[in-house]
Amino acid sequence: MTQALKPETPAQLLDAIAWANSDRKPLELVGTGTKRGLGRPMQTAFTLDLSAFTGISLHEPAELVLSAGAATPMAEVEAALEAAGQELAFEPPDFSALLRVPGMGTLGGVLAANLSGPRRIKQGAARDHFLGFEAVSGRGQAFKSGGRVVKNVTGYDLCKLMAGSWGTLGAMHGVTVKVLPRGAKTRTVLLFDVDAAAGIAALTDGLNSPCEVSGAAWLPASVAARSGVDMVAREGAPVAALRVEGFGPSVEARCGMLRALLKDRGATEELHSHRSHAFWREVRDVAPFAGADDDRIVWRISVPPTEAARVIAATAGIKGAEAYCDWGGGLIWLAVDAPRTGADGLVRDAVATTGSGWAQLFRGGDALRAAIPVFQPEPAPVAALTRRIKDGFDPNRVLNPGRMNEGV
Amino acid sequence: MEMPAPDKGVIARRAAIAEELRAIVPGEGVIVDEDELRPYESDGLTAYRTLPLIVCLPETVEQVAAVMRYCKAHGIKIVPRGAGTSLSGGSLPLADGIILGLGKFNRILEVDYDNRCARVQPGVTNLAITTAVQADGFYYAPDPSSQIACSIGGNVAENSGGVHCLKYGLTTNNLLGIELVTMDGEILRIGGKHLDSAGYDLLGLLTGSEGLLGVVTEVTVRLLPKPSSARALLVGFPTSEAAGDCVAGIIADGIIPGGMEMMDRPAIKAAEAFVQAGYPLDVEALLIVELDGPEAEVDHLIERVRAIAEEKGAVSVRVSESEEERARFWAGRKAAFPAIGRISPDYYCMDGTIPRGQLPLVLRRMRELSEHHGLGVANVFHAGDGNLHPLIMYDANKPGELERAEEFGGDILKLCVEVGGVLTGEHGVGVEKRDLMGTMFNADDLAQQQRVKCAFDPDGLLNPGKVFPILHRCAELGRMHIHRGQLPFPDLPRF
Ligand SMILES: Cc1cc2nc3c(=O)[nH]c(=O)nc-3n(C[C@H](O)[C@H](O)[C@H](O)COP(=O)(O)OP(=O)(O)OC[C@H]3O[C@@H](n4cnc5c(N)ncnc54)[C@H](O)[C@@H]3O)c2cc1C
Repeated sequence: MTQALKPETPAQLLDAIAWANSDRKPLELVGTGTKRGLGRPMQTAFTLDLSAFTGISLHEPAELVLSAGAATPMAEVEAALEAAGQELAFEPPDFSALLRVPGMGTLGGVLAANLSGPRRIKQGAARDHFLGFEAVSGRGQAFKSGGRVVKNVTGYDLCKLMAGSWGTLGAMHGVTVKVLPRGAKTRTVLLFDVDAAAGIAALTDGLNSPCEVSGAAWLPASVAARSGVDMVAREGAPVAALRVEGFGPSVEARCGMLRALLKDRGATEELHSHRSHAFWREVRDVAPFAGADDDRIVWRISVPPTEAARVIAATAGIKGAEAYCDWGGGLIWLAVDAPRTGADGLVRDAVATTGSGWAQLFRGGDALRAAIPVFQPEPAPVAALTRRIKDGFDPNRVLNPGRMNEGV
Repeated sequence: MEMPAPDKGVIARRAAIAEELRAIVPGEGVIVDEDELRPYESDGLTAYRTLPLIVCLPETVEQVAAVMRYCKAHGIKIVPRGAGTSLSGGSLPLADGIILGLGKFNRILEVDYDNRCARVQPGVTNLAITTAVQADGFYYAPDPSSQIACSIGGNVAENSGGVHCLKYGLTTNNLLGIELVTMDGEILRIGGKHLDSAGYDLLGLLTGSEGLLGVVTEVTVRLLPKPSSARALLVGFPTSEAAGDCVAGIIADGIIPGGMEMMDRPAIKAAEAFVQAGYPLDVEALLIVELDGPEAEVDHLIERVRAIAEEKGAVSVRVSESEEERARFWAGRKAAFPAIGRISPDYYCMDGTIPRGQLPLVLRRMRELSEHHGLGVANVFHAGDGNLHPLIMYDANKPGELERAEEFGGDILKLCVEVGGVLTGEHGVGVEKRDLMGTMFNADDLAQQQRVKCAFDPDGLLNPGKVFPILHRCAELGRMHIHRGQLPFPDLPRF
C-alpha cells in the first residue's frame, strides 16, 4: 500500500523530504497525477502529494509574468490568462484523452515535463517561458533560482535543468512563467494531397518565408480522415497545414502570401478562426491517437525536420503504424500496434540514422515502460554527467527515482 | 576584488608547462612572451587586469580536449576566452591559469536552411553568422551591441541578449546544439538539429554558465527568416513615468515590438551631441519602438502605437518613412556607450533588470545615489523587458573615483534586487557581481548551484573566482546533514 504525504506549507514539504532522505524512503511526486502514465513506472512506498501548493500569487500582464503554486491546475492558469488576453505561448498540450486521465494537470507538471504544443517552433518550448521557481531538493534543502523578470542571467539557469527533469531533481512548490499576449486572429492554410516528403517540403517553404508561421503540421490521409474539422476530413487526402496568428490585417496578408507561395504545389484551402483552433487542438493533443478504442503504443519523436519523412517511411512497416508530424517535421507522433515490445528497436534505429534526435515511449502499459528505455538512452559520458547532476540534487535517490532512467 | 590565491607551484613551473602544452598545440599556439600576453590581460571590464600564466590557442577540438586533460592531471586552472568583450570580467585571466582562447575556431561549418540552422565554430563573431546568411533572407536573432566583435561561444557562455530579445529571445532561446569539452577532456555533443532534450536539458544549463562548466567548441544556432519590413517610432515624453506607461500600454494592447528602447535625458543629450540623430532635447525620456514583420502588420501597428503614445502624453512622435530614417533613429541609441565615453573619461556600464513598473522609483533613487556618490549617470534601458543599463561616469585618473563608481554600481544593483529584479539581465555575473550574489540568493541556493559545478568540474579548475562569492570544496558540498529519523508531522492528512 502506498502512503501519501501531503505537506501544506513549504516548511512541511522540507520536513517531508528531509525525513525521506534520512530514512532513504523514495517518494513519487504527484500534482494531480495526470502524468503518472508517462516516464518509467516507479514503485515507491510513499507518494508526495503536492496538490496543496495552488493559487496564482502574482499576475502582472504588462510585465508579462505570472507566479503560482506549482500545483495550480492548468485550467485555472489558462482562465486567468485568457481573461487578460494572454496565454502561455508554448501552447501546453492537453493529453487527457490520449492518456485517459481526467485533466491537463498542473502548471508545475507541465514545466517539469517540458511539454509544448505546435507553437513551439515559433515561440519556444515550456522551458523557454520558465522564469523562476522555489523548490526543495532531495537533500531536504530549500533552494530557488531565476526570478520574476523576463530577462535574467544571474547564476546558472536552473529553470532549464528543472524543465524536463520529471521531478527527479527537486520538488517545486512555486513557479514563475512568462506570459504573452494571445493572437487576436488565427488562420490556417491547407495544402492537400501531398505525401510526407512533399508535405514537409511545403512546411519548410512556409517556415522559411517571412510569414511568421506558428504551426506547421502534416497528416497522412488516414489521420486527416478522422479529423473533427470537416474541411480536413472530407478530402480523404494527406494534408500539410500552416498556421498564422496575430493581428487581423497581418493574418490576412500572411495567409495570402502563404497561398501564393504554395500555389505550384497544389490546391490550397483556408481554415478560419473556429476551425483553425479546433484543428490545432487536435494536432497539439494527439487527438488522432486518442480515440476510445485506440490502444496502440504511441511514440513521441524529434528529429531534424528534413529527416521526418525518412523516419516515417522506416517505421511504416511496423504493425498498425500510423504517423503524423508537427513542428514542421521536427516532431513525429507515431502509433504502432506492438504492445509487448513497442517495436523500440525499429523506432530507435530509424532515429539513430538521422544522427540527431530522440524517441520517447509516450503511451504504453506499465510493463512495457518498465521493460524498455522510455527516454532516449544517453551516450555513456552524458549518462554519467546526468548521474552526477542527480547526485548533487538527490544523492539518496528519494525524488522520483528511476522515473527517467534507471538509477536516476 | 579578491581572486583565489595563485598556486605558486604552478607559477614556478610555467616554462615546463608551456613546453608540455607545445607538444599538444604546436606552432604559435602557446604564448608566454609578456608583450604578447598583454592583449589578454583584461576583457571588456577594463578596470581589472591580470597577466595570464600562458595563453593557449588550440585549433582543433582534439587539442582542446588534450589541453583540458593535461590541465586536469596537473591541477592547472583554465579561463576560456572568446573575443574578450565580457563586461563582467568573465574572461579575466588568472596569474596561475591558462587562457584558452577560441579565436582560431573561426569557421562556419554548415548552413542548413531546410532545418533553419547553422553549425559554427565558437570563435565566429555573432554578426558573421547573420552576414553569411542574410543574402538568402535569413538572420541569427540575438544581436548584442558588441556583435561585430563578440564570439558566438562567448554569447553561449554569457547567454547574451540584444535589443531584439523581448520578441526573439536571448541566446538560450536560439540554440539547437553544442559540442562541449569537459574538464575531463571528454567531447560531448548536446542537442543537434532536433528540438528539446531527451534527458536533462544540458544545453539550457550550459548556456549562461560563464565558462565554468565546459569549453564550447561548436554551436548549432537557429536561423530565422528575415522580417520583410521594419519601421520605428521615435517618441519623446515629459516624464519617465509617462514613457513607462506607454510601454505598458503597448504590451497591454497585445503588441510585442521587435525592439523597445528607452533613454533618459543625460543619455539623449550625449547621444545627440555625438551623432546628431535628430533626437528631441526637451524631453525627459525617449522611446524607440520598432515594429517588424509583414508590411500589412507593421503599418497597422505603427498607427496603434502612435495612438497609445499620444494617449500617454507623448510630446513628440516621429515615424520612420524610410530605411535611412529608421537607421537614424537607432544611430543615437547604438552610439550611446561611446557617446558617454566622449563626455566622461571613463564610464561603467551596469546591467540590472527590474519589474518595469518600478522604473520611476528606480530612476528617482538612482538620482539620489548619483548625488550621494558625486558621479553622473545616464540610462539606456531595454524597456520591454525591464533591463536597465545605467552608465556611471567617472574618471579613473582621479583617486577614489573608480571605487566610488563601483560602490554606486553596487548600490544600483542592490536596488534592482530590492524592487523585485535581478543583478544581471545579459552581461553575466563574472567577477563584477560575484560578491553581490548573496543579495539574490541565500547560502543554500548558492550551494545547490555549486553542486552543479561539482558535477562537471569537481576540482574547480575551470574559470574559478567567477560567479560564486565563496568557493566551497565539492566534498564539503556533497556532505549530507542527516535529519531526524521519524515520519514528519504525523497529524497531516494522509491517505
Ligand atoms: C561595447 C559593448 C557592448 C555590449 N553589448 C552587449 C549587449 O547588447 N548584450 C549583451 O548581452 N552583451 C553585451 N556586451 C557584453 C559581451 O559582448 C557579451 O557578453 C559577449 O557574449 C561576450 O563574448 P566574447 O566572445 O567577447 O566572450 P569573452 O569576453 O571572451 O568571454 C565571456 C565569458 O564566456 C566564456 N567563454 C568564452 N568563450 C567560451 C567558450 N567557447 N566556451 C566556454 N566558455 C567561453 C569566458 O570564460 C567568459 O566567462 C557588450 C560588450 C561591449 C564591450
